[in-house]
Amino acid sequence: MCLAVPALVTSLDWPLATISVEGALREVDVSLVGEVQVGDYVLVHAGFALHRWGEDDYLAWKALMAEMAPGGDVGRPDGDGRRGGEGL
Amino acid sequence: MTSLLDSVAVRARRIGRPVRLMEVCGTHTMVAFRSGLRRLLPPDVSLVSGPGCPVCVTPPGLIDAAVELGRMPEVTIASFGDMVRVPGSSSSLEQARAEGVDVRVVYSAADALRLARERPERMVVFVAVGFETTAPTVALTVEAAQRSRAEGFLVLVAHKTMPGAMAALVDGDEIRIDGFLCPGHVSVVTGASIFSFLAKEHGVPCVVAGFEPEDILKGIDMLLAQIEQGRSEIEIEYERAVTWEGNRAAQAAVFRVFAPCDSEWRGLGVIPGSGLGLRPEFARFNAVERLGVEVRSGDSPAGCRCGDVLRGAITPTECALFGTACSPRRPLGPCMVSSEGACAAFARYGPGRAS
Repeated sequence: MCLAVPALVTSLDWPLATISVEGALREVDVSLVGEVQVGDYVLVHAGFALHRWGEDDYLAWKALMAEMAPGGDVGRPDGDGRRGGEGL
Repeated sequence: MTSLLDSVAVRARRIGRPVRLMEVCGTHTMVAFRSGLRRLLPPDVSLVSGPGCPVCVTPPGLIDAAVELGRMPEVTIASFGDMVRVPGSSSSLEQARAEGVDVRVVYSAADALRLARERPERMVVFVAVGFETTAPTVALTVEAAQRSRAEGFLVLVAHKTMPGAMAALVDGDEIRIDGFLCPGHVSVVTGASIFSFLAKEHGVPCVVAGFEPEDILKGIDMLLAQIEQGRSEIEIEYERAVTWEGNRAAQAAVFRVFAPCDSEWRGLGVIPGSGLGLRPEFARFNAVERLGVEVRSGDSPAGCRCGDVLRGAITPTECALFGTACSPRRPLGPCMVSSEGACAAFARYGPGRAS
């Protein structure tokens, strides 16, 4: 529930901003992150931006996500089946 | 990733004894399972889940109070989605909704305020659960309600703060904790320094980690390095978002609206100063006072051992209900109900290898 997602600010009507999370648009409150401009990245939780991200940070996050995608050296979920036999 | 795994393995060998690390963040729980990370750790390094899922640590009495409020004819309950399926002593909010209680799932406190403005004939009670990450969003919403004189907006406050609960676990002699993976998004708000007392005064290595599998693995490697070198410090792995001082504006908003109070945690009991309550100047938004209900301790489902799971005292599979009376399809306890609960993670992704 404490999950926060990075999002791109696409328009601004202080203290509200429209953000894009991988293309999905949402309106959030940006009053907790100070100066924000269109084109900035923010970390959003429960309708509020909690942190402003530099583009470098965002690109690093994207790169990590790509690395973790199927085919990376740590696998993604493979369905809901339980994996038995691992022991505790 | 591979080099990190190698480093973890080498450090574990050098430490030469079993090491138990605790993560106190529901998202860490989920990612560690889903990515298969737990199964890649050396046999001597175990990762246990602590009280990091806000929905899970909310005691059943709070849900009872929400249900009681919802049964009042003029009241609408607005809640985060995870919360509505968690059972109270006799009913969840979802069950109450089936009986005609007006329960709305909202994405944010601001949505609940919007609902109150749209329906001035109703009292909209927002069920405010969550840790330091969520509290500022509620604080700003309460202030907005104050400014706009939104008379129909009320809050059932059950916010909790992490450091006291972590200290209580360390001070208890139930399990040994060799290191904490501290929650990333809590730290975005509070700053990493809020955990420094755990390292300095309680002698437990702490690392604030991010949420990708690599972040978590790096955090584990940093904790093992501290243990190997006999250090106990607070370190930041999640440098992309976490600073030492945190988000001052968010901290200020929380301070303006809330004051620390004692709070009951499922499985941990009442921990002094581990909750947030509305300050007197915002008492008119307090649903408990305005509508005259009492928040009691409440009862957990018979046989449910979520409390023990939340302390890291047992693994989910040690609960007799796990996989039988309590499963993701028909969850009984909150740790199975919440997608971030340890039981749900065990059920979906297998036990991995816990302690």
